[in-house]
Amino acid sequence: MTTSSLLRRRPGRDTITSLGAPSPVRSVDRARRVVLAVMGAAVVALCAVGLMAGDTFYGPRAVLLAIGERLLGVGDGGAAAFTVGYLRLPRVITGLLAGLAFAAAGSTFQTLLRNQLAAPDVIGITGGASLAAVVSILALGLTGLAVSVAAMLGALVTAALVLVLADRGGLDIGRVVLIGIALAAMCQAGISTALLGADEYDLGTAFRWLSGSLNNASWDGVGLLAAGVAVGLPVLAVLDRQLRVLQLGDDAAAGLGVRVGTVRRGLVVTAVMLLAVAVAATGPIAFVAFLAGPIAGSIVRRGSLLLPAMLTGAILVLGADLAAGQLLPVQYPVGVVTGALGAPFLIVMLIRQARSRGAS
Amino acid sequence: MSIVTPASRTPQAALAPDEPAEPTERDEPDEPRLVRPAPVRVGSVILAIVLLGAAVIASVVLGARDVGPSEIWNGLRGGTATVGEAAVYSRLPRTALALLVGGALGLSGAVMQGVTRNPLADPGILGVTGGASLFVVVGIAYFSLGSAAAYIWVAIAGAGAASVLVYAVASTGGGRRSGPSTLRLSLTGAVMAAATASLVTAVLLPRTDVMTQFRFWSVGGVGGGTWDSISLVAPFLLVGAAICLTAAPALDALALGDDMAAGLGTHVARARLVAGLGAVILAGAATAVAGPLIFVGLVVPHACRLMVGARHLWLLPSCVLVGGALLVLCDVAARLLVRPAELDVGIVTALAGGPVFIWMVTRLRTRAL
Repeated sequence: MTTSSLLRRRPGRDTITSLGAPSPVRSVDRARRVVLAVMGAAVVALCAVGLMAGDTFYGPRAVLLAIGERLLGVGDGGAAAFTVGYLRLPRVITGLLAGLAFAAAGSTFQTLLRNQLAAPDVIGITGGASLAAVVSILALGLTGLAVSVAAMLGALVTAALVLVLADRGGLDIGRVVLIGIALAAMCQAGISTALLGADEYDLGTAFRWLSGSLNNASWDGVGLLAAGVAVGLPVLAVLDRQLRVLQLGDDAAAGLGVRVGTVRRGLVVTAVMLLAVAVAATGPIAFVAFLAGPIAGSIVRRGSLLLPAMLTGAILVLGADLAAGQLLPVQYPVGVVTGALGAPFLIVMLIRQARSRGAS
Repeated sequence: MSIVTPASRTPQAALAPDEPAEPTERDEPDEPRLVRPAPVRVGSVILAIVLLGAAVIASVVLGARDVGPSEIWNGLRGGTATVGEAAVYSRLPRTALALLVGGALGLSGAVMQGVTRNPLADPGILGVTGGASLFVVVGIAYFSLGSAAAYIWVAIAGAGAASVLVYAVASTGGGRRSGPSTLRLSLTGAVMAAATASLVTAVLLPRTDVMTQFRFWSVGGVGGGTWDSISLVAPFLLVGAAICLTAAPALDALALGDDMAAGLGTHVARARLVAGLGAVILAGAATAVAGPLIFVGLVVPHACRLMVGARHLWLLPSCVLVGGALLVLCDVAARLLVRPAELDVGIVTALAGGPVFIWMVTRLRTRAL
């Protein structure tokens, strides 16, 4: 048995057209649209709750007034002008965009390398981005755009390192994952070293860079994140079609007119860029990039995973942050919650994968 | 699914029924042989002892503060009159602790590699030390564990729980007798490590009283070693080491494959259980006093296999010696690299062990994953 069998066939993908319904494709498309609409509504609802709930509850009207004042410059902002306008709104926007970016990057890597294990946080790329970001902030004193660029360079270097080291006449996914595990452990150690070298061992900063947190979200960080997402997501959307053709195999894709090398490089660079801007804004939020794709894949059985995965990522981050802030006694960093929740899910996934493999 | 350990890549392995002989064009010429000649083995052990002695001397002499010969002499005799003497005096328990913990982790890693027949097994990578530290932190925070002895028991329980969980999850779906593949085992372990790290943070965050130990429990270190903690943990380590050493012949049999081992009269399941118990006791007790340390248990057995061969009766004791020497040296490096501050030894082991792990992964044949 080879490691490529870890590539999980998404169940139902091939059989769904044989359901015997009058026009199966159309009904499936409609089902997909409904699911996407529900997920989109969930994202909007989570954003709304994130804006309204907190130490003080503000009604929809107060929130809208505050948003109007902050974003459009209309009115005086009302009672919630500061709390919503300067604390909750950047936090929710950062969470939303970071969730979209992590999930898009993760799902792209998983599809490109044709394996659910090949998420950037498993193969060390997220670790590389965080290490570069933390070093550039704490040791080099950089801010803003420079940090994002450093995070991106770190992620690119790690990605190149993993892919080159694992390439022994063909990319073996098992080797990619194992090397990534080692690189991730080393990056973690590097982050700890950088944190120790900082002026004081500030726990807030430490948590942010070790597990990812929205607690430091501010308007300063939102701009760059939004710019990165605004550039990256359209590129991924444009390349999504070619990416799905690549699934057929390199030769088939080339035969269908896809420039394999160019598309692949474009996808890797774009995904790494998205990951880097998200890491620079929030730190490495655990498991979101890893889990968004598989969760979306178990909900949406057909068609491109990019959009469902992105919505899932946003739901994960916003939901976990709400849970961290509202349900638990302490304001936990969001990465601690996704990390603690993600692990059991992943173990279930591994078991199910093994079962389906044993059955086939 | 077949797992190829360095031990089973030897000619004997071709006898195992699930291990068909195949072209070995990818085998590196320096494969460790199953049995080394006696002079090589004895010489290697002597070398390991010399290394250990050198490491201990370096650990006493070198540190954030430069000390002179007389200060070292007085410090060794318990003098604390000058700062230098006090520094030397304080380096003694720390050296002893690094020695014990490194030896325990080296031995534990060797046994785990034998039990799982997985060349990349390591108490840190498999999430075992993570489970131990999670249990200790939960014990401190919610059950107000106070005594260091209680830490050790709880840590061993945590190490055991994590090992069982990781092994069980990784085993699902694999072949019945072959055990989990290297990839599944490592990945499950990495997930376990990440999850326990998150949970440790989650437990510690609201508890400022436990928080001062945050770095200790998230990174690992031997700087806080005292003679009291050493005398508490030493009996556990001795018991664990004794169990592991008695399992050495069974581990040799397991390396030939389960069918072969059963044919040779080994009770395979019982051998795994006993050896695993010893490894868990060692890893748990070591983590209770030094926090989670990664890669020590991975690197040491491979180095020792090159020196004394794969026979566990020789391999296991040499792992104790080399593991102790390695961790002491890492601790010295941790003190010297960023003078006058110091790193936690866990950072050094991770940074130094990672490349070794990667190098080994690039050497593994694809089907061995």
